[in-house]
Amino acid sequence: MDTATAPTQTNYINVAHTAKSWLLTRDHKRIALLYLISVSVFFMIGGLFALLIRLELLTPAGDLFEAETYNKVFTMHGVAMVFFFLIPAIPATLGNFLVPLMIGAKDLAFPRINLLSWYVYVLGGLFTLAAVIGGGVDTGWTFYTPYSTAASNTHVILTGLGVFISGFSSILTGFNFIVTIHKMRAPGMTWFRLPLFVWASYATSLIAILGTPVVAIAIVLVALERTLHIGVFDPTLGGDPVLYQHLFWFYSHPAVYVMVLPAMGVISELIAAFTRKEIFGYKFVAFSSLAIAVIGFFVWGHHMYVSSQSAFAGLVFSFLTYLVAVPSAVKVFNWTATLYRGSISYQAPMLYAFGFLGLFLIGGLTGLFLGALGLDVHVHDTYFVVAHFHYVMVGGTIMAYLGGLHYWWPKMTGRLYNEGWAKFAALMIFVGFNLTFFPQFLLGYMGMPRRYHMYPEEWQVLNVLSTAGATILGVGYFIPTIYLLWSLKKGEVAGDNPWGATGLEWQTQSPPVTENFPVTPVVTEPAYAYAHQEKRFA
Amino acid sequence: MSDHVASRGLYVAIFLALMVLTAMTVAVTYIDMGNANLFVAMGIAVTKATLVVLFFMHVFWSDRLIKVTVVTSLVFLVILFAFTLNDYLGRGALGVAGR
Amino acid sequence: MPNGHAAAHHEALQHHFDSLQQQKDASTFGMWVFLVTEVLFFGGLFMAYILYRTWYPDVWLAASHHLDVTLGAFNTAVLILSSLTMALAVHAAQTGNKNGTALFLVLTMVLGVVFLGVKVVEYSDKFTHHLVPGPTFQFDAPYQRTAQIFFSIYFAMTGMHALHMVIGEGIMLYLLVGALKGRFSAAYYTPVEIGGLYWHFVDIIWIFLFPLLYLVGHH
Repeated sequence: MDTATAPTQTNYINVAHTAKSWLLTRDHKRIALLYLISVSVFFMIGGLFALLIRLELLTPAGDLFEAETYNKVFTMHGVAMVFFFLIPAIPATLGNFLVPLMIGAKDLAFPRINLLSWYVYVLGGLFTLAAVIGGGVDTGWTFYTPYSTAASNTHVILTGLGVFISGFSSILTGFNFIVTIHKMRAPGMTWFRLPLFVWASYATSLIAILGTPVVAIAIVLVALERTLHIGVFDPTLGGDPVLYQHLFWFYSHPAVYVMVLPAMGVISELIAAFTRKEIFGYKFVAFSSLAIAVIGFFVWGHHMYVSSQSAFAGLVFSFLTYLVAVPSAVKVFNWTATLYRGSISYQAPMLYAFGFLGLFLIGGLTGLFLGALGLDVHVHDTYFVVAHFHYVMVGGTIMAYLGGLHYWWPKMTGRLYNEGWAKFAALMIFVGFNLTFFPQFLLGYMGMPRRYHMYPEEWQVLNVLSTAGATILGVGYFIPTIYLLWSLKKGEVAGDNPWGATGLEWQTQSPPVTENFPVTPVVTEPAYAYAHQEKRFA
Repeated sequence: MSDHVASRGLYVAIFLALMVLTAMTVAVTYIDMGNANLFVAMGIAVTKATLVVLFFMHVFWSDRLIKVTVVTSLVFLVILFAFTLNDYLGRGALGVAGR
Repeated sequence: MPNGHAAAHHEALQHHFDSLQQQKDASTFGMWVFLVTEVLFFGGLFMAYILYRTWYPDVWLAASHHLDVTLGAFNTAVLILSSLTMALAVHAAQTGNKNGTALFLVLTMVLGVVFLGVKVVEYSDKFTHHLVPGPTFQFDAPYQRTAQIFFSIYFAMTGMHALHMVIGEGIMLYLLVGALKGRFSAAYYTPVEIGGLYWHFVDIIWIFLFPLLYLVGHH
């Protein structure tokens, strides 16, 4: 095998080698790689804190940490994972890399702003890291008032500032995507010929630009309240802490769709490529992304059922929560229907896609339990909630992220990874994930509250199972790091289209040239025209 | 986006209209109309903002995408206000103690 | 690939756009998308305003009396005039009138500085009268506590607005330098156009802040 032969043609990676050429790049593909490295760093930091949480919960006694330290550990886990990994993960890495390629553009509409967004992200990350090193923050990732403004004596402002700044990076990325998708499509690339990943990225961007500013101002108000005593949420002045929750969740509920919508976009691409079929009901899947983005803004009050929110508002929010399940279900049904009579190949990215389908289904259905006004009061702030959102965010988003990373790795790097190891890791992650989080459903239903470092002894068996699962999961996440890095040097040269997939990104060389396409492509077919392609190859 | 070049006379006319509306909004505060004062003040402010958006910001001559963008921002602003107020104004509506 | 655009080699055309028109469309639309986020950013503050005005109408009435309507109205007029000069600056740029562009940008900046100067006078007045929220805050009974919420919102909203004005002054300076260097022409004036959009937006925010904060009731 000529595995060691480097690709000789010029591409976006070998075009320049200096540090400056990377740090001042305006190439969306290079910025995607910068993001890939930085979100991976935060994934590891967040993962480290997760490990500490599971270690503490191995035994019923609080033997590893004081209660206060434990509060900081789970807060830093949440902040790192939510704001610095899950929200940027797919849009800023895969999205940055793929959106211009998929629509046949040379770059995003505003390359300099794209680079700026990465620096903003890093700056926000540094603020947050400074808070971690300086002693941490203990409010939970939600920064609820009045605890965050009046009681906590940890680094709330520093962390809040980090989150605020990183919010602008997601606004800038979203704004860039929206303009790019509207204005930079190649000739013939009509809206209904767009790959579904682009639709999902568009819907995600809408949420980012509409929601993020509201949480930004809420965090600014928290910071002002701590420093200058500008008392907007302060109950001692007659202010209402619940207003903070409204402003926070106005963004932060839609933000879970910022995490999962791009994942759904990835899954559409994977399922089409590995069943060699057009996605069943393309338009429904496309519009369901927009529907999720819009209806996602109508449901935030379901996080506040046990606050002083009015019972009437709870009723309305509960009803609308059921409504948002419809477009999600449309997607799952259409993916399943696409599998029907498809020629499925069980390669590593597809294993992740299958993992996503199963885990997202469980995560989504348990979401309906939580959306129910009465049942939520029983399981609110228990491990049932923790298990639910990990099924959606870890089981959903990270599965799709890894699936997508494997699928487009040959395009991004020009190299193939080791398929055997990749399948093994996918399987290990699936098993480890379920072992970690399924026991938490049971624990939560029995009433184990989240955010405590001690628990009664009868819950130890399930907690030990969960910690054991987390260990498997951790190893499962570590394996791809090794073989993907290994493939950079030793992997087989991928060729332009190793999967035989449709889509403009596969029609250019791997890795692409800086300008993406030697000649601007002209699109004449809908997305996923696998039927045509088979004929052409026959 | 429009390359329309409006006449300077139109800009001056819009400016004068905005000044008249500003004078009006100050004047009406001295007339007690109860709750209606707020609605009149907001009506005038919305009118002024509309004039600025349509003419100073050229939306009147812009293509549909820009118009949709402007409306979208307002729709989501209303969603924020409406669902939050649905909580505050709905308190006690169902007779649940404290809620 | 549309390669026939004769105008496609304007010096301001960036490599990833096919034509100057596409670049202008993208930039203008981009500014509007950015303004959408600005609307929602201020939206959070307006939501706080709505809630507490609904809860504490009497406090609002009493606290609003401590704001100077004359200064507020004067500043409103100043900002509206600056919007006119901004619109005229864009008009001058559109018609290739380079001196006019620079002149109207300077006027816009001067009016912006006047606005901020008046704001400084108003803020220092609040400090001397102990109307700044915090330990030194003093207000007549029975609103000693809750009036702080009004002034918290007053400072948060006008402070955010003033911050946007300062950023706007920076943008104007950037545009002025560009205009003086002759960077803009009837074929390429996008920066002036989108800088103008930002300036007008900041004006619109004030159009709402003025009646909501200063004109709660003087009858």
